[in-house]
Amino acid sequence: MNVSRPWVCTQCARSLIRRVNLVPRATFPPAQRRGYTIQPIAHDGRPFRMAIIGSGPSGFYTSYKIMSNIENAVVDMYEQLPVPFGLVRFGVAPDHPKVKNCQEKFQEVAESPRFNFVGNISIGDRPGELPLKTLLPHYDAICFAYGASKDRALGIPGEDTLKGIYSARAFVGWYNGLPEYSDLAPDLTQGEEAVIVGQGNVALDVARFLLEDVDVLRKTDITEHALEVLSKSRVKRVRVVGRRGPRQAAFTTKEIRELIQLRNVALNPVDDSLIPEDLSHVPRPRRRVMELLRKGSSTLISKAPKSWSLDFCLSPKSFNSNPQFPGRIGSMSFEKTILDPGPFEREAKAVETGEIVDVPASLAFRSIGYKSEALPGFEKLNIPFNNKQGLIPNDGEGRIIPNTDERFVFALPGMYCAGWVKKGPTGVIASTMTDAFSTADAIAKDWHLADWPFLGDLPEGNVSGLGWEGVKATAEKRGCRRVSWEDWKKIDAAEQERGQTKGKVREKFTKIDDMLAVLD
Amino acid sequence: MLATRTTIRSLARLQKNCISKPTATPATVSSRSLYSDAITYTSTANRLRPGLSSSQRMLSPRLNGSFRIASREFSATTAVSHGHIDPPKPGEELYVTFIDKEGDEHKIAVSKGDNLLTIAQAHDIEMEGACEGSCACSTCHVIVESEDTFDKIPEATDDENDMLDLAFGLTETSRLGCQIEMTPELNGLRVRLPSNTRNLQAKDFS
Repeated sequence: MNVSRPWVCTQCARSLIRRVNLVPRATFPPAQRRGYTIQPIAHDGRPFRMAIIGSGPSGFYTSYKIMSNIENAVVDMYEQLPVPFGLVRFGVAPDHPKVKNCQEKFQEVAESPRFNFVGNISIGDRPGELPLKTLLPHYDAICFAYGASKDRALGIPGEDTLKGIYSARAFVGWYNGLPEYSDLAPDLTQGEEAVIVGQGNVALDVARFLLEDVDVLRKTDITEHALEVLSKSRVKRVRVVGRRGPRQAAFTTKEIRELIQLRNVALNPVDDSLIPEDLSHVPRPRRRVMELLRKGSSTLISKAPKSWSLDFCLSPKSFNSNPQFPGRIGSMSFEKTILDPGPFEREAKAVETGEIVDVPASLAFRSIGYKSEALPGFEKLNIPFNNKQGLIPNDGEGRIIPNTDERFVFALPGMYCAGWVKKGPTGVIASTMTDAFSTADAIAKDWHLADWPFLGDLPEGNVSGLGWEGVKATAEKRGCRRVSWEDWKKIDAAEQERGQTKGKVREKFTKIDDMLAVLD
Repeated sequence: MLATRTTIRSLARLQKNCISKPTATPATVSSRSLYSDAITYTSTANRLRPGLSSSQRMLSPRLNGSFRIASREFSATTAVSHGHIDPPKPGEELYVTFIDKEGDEHKIAVSKGDNLLTIAQAHDIEMEGACEGSCACSTCHVIVESEDTFDKIPEATDDENDMLDLAFGLTETSRLGCQIEMTPELNGLRVRLPSNTRNLQAKDFS
């Protein structure tokens, strides 16, 4: 793929990725800006046809913006599961139903005749999967929005060998009905002490589900098997551990408030030395978190059946086996850290002190972040991937650029990315939305430029513009069974019906076969 | 930065011209896909208007053009569920002004009780409401222009403030659009949409 043309300066791109908020939103005057949505100048009058890989929020928001900005654009969205919405369905906690309201918008997008949902089709080279290269001849552009499908590991002794250690990603996927983890069946009955390594909002979600009264969850769309396991849980004490302090931690106000306000659950006092006495110089979001932490919970520890704590300045060293039940986790070792240059500096680093503390743990979760992976086929097609950062190298607006240190590089024609695979696995719906919009704006801008190359400009060129219609035959030959938006609506209805009998919003299918059985 | 990008574009064009030269000959056109028509077209356009850069060409107003395009027009469903509000009764109009990201002002007559998110969506002002106005996201963040008016708005709840903590460009007079209901006291309210809301995360401003 050596015909790519538009130059991108990597130095600028890097600074873009770091400080994207400095990029002007539109570089032309308002009246003309609206003008550019009228019609494409170049190309042969055939509608813009685009494939989006992944059906999470970034995929949907990118589609939405592209369909608004490019007249007649047709978008095909590929999803490996028969069901759409990605982390809105499988990541957002069941007790946060309002956050899932964005599905209404996605629904609206999907109902458009210019949108095709191609569910239940994985991109890959194995039998039953669709190779990425089969898409190229039929689309003007491809946008990767498949998110972060793996999680980061700690890489410390015991992590892979002892029983009772779970990844938060798996646990969250399990209670949300993600087919990949439907058989996780975490054992919460081995003891009262649980440790969660990591202090982001996912860690707090896990803590909340371990501490919350199960009856509160019964009306949500949490899976039935999760309710069963949680109701048998013996966990009484949850430690949420991080290497640094409250100033540096990733959790946000709402999630902390929810945990503090849980009924019959107490928060162990937070180490005061890590919270500045005078909070007036701390930026507002962090200040409000710290005020909450200082105030603590109104439930008394002595009277509360369950409690939790935020344990700061501890760096995980090992998972240790239980002397009575070798092979099961019994405790964890941490090394104390101090913060350099000081606990109130946002960018402070944790420096290990050599002092080791042991913490009892009959159950442990690692929750130190998600990670994206390259799709099978990237290498063959020369699509770059930065394994170190776990993202697709891009110019900050979603144009994919080679993985190199050179000063000027070419953007790959017709290749874009959006969402977590573009900027890394952090942020809420709002940030994912604005990020997806920036990719969509870039695509629209490029398409309206007469001489910006797309997939049809590759030497092997000749884009048919047929989209899914062109891919279909190959897909069927490889044994792929496509789930359409109409099909998903049937699955959706069946899930809601299953939920109704139990007084829940919905009862999700947790196996792909069960989802497909609805359609037979 | 802008200068660099323009340079990049020009470089790209130079390069492009070199490579795409052969496509101008009929023989090559027929051997290539439909797409090469587009390229020929482009080069014709270049010949006709040699002085214009590609970005300028893009900006020149179309002859057929109505400039306004409804942002949700792709949808097959009508805009019933989103942004439907009743027009105010004569004599009871309240006015609110939105200042959008480009600095354009939109003064709108509204009825008592309408919230800013619904108003914005009904009038095609670029404001998203990812959580459908349920105070569970920060996409309808607005900045109230005057502090005096800000003080007249009923105080934000903890829930709203928790969401504002995640908003980009948070100011002392920030609110969520979905939580501001128009009342006679707020008549003449002026709000700004945060000028840049891209690619930000909680950690960027905590």
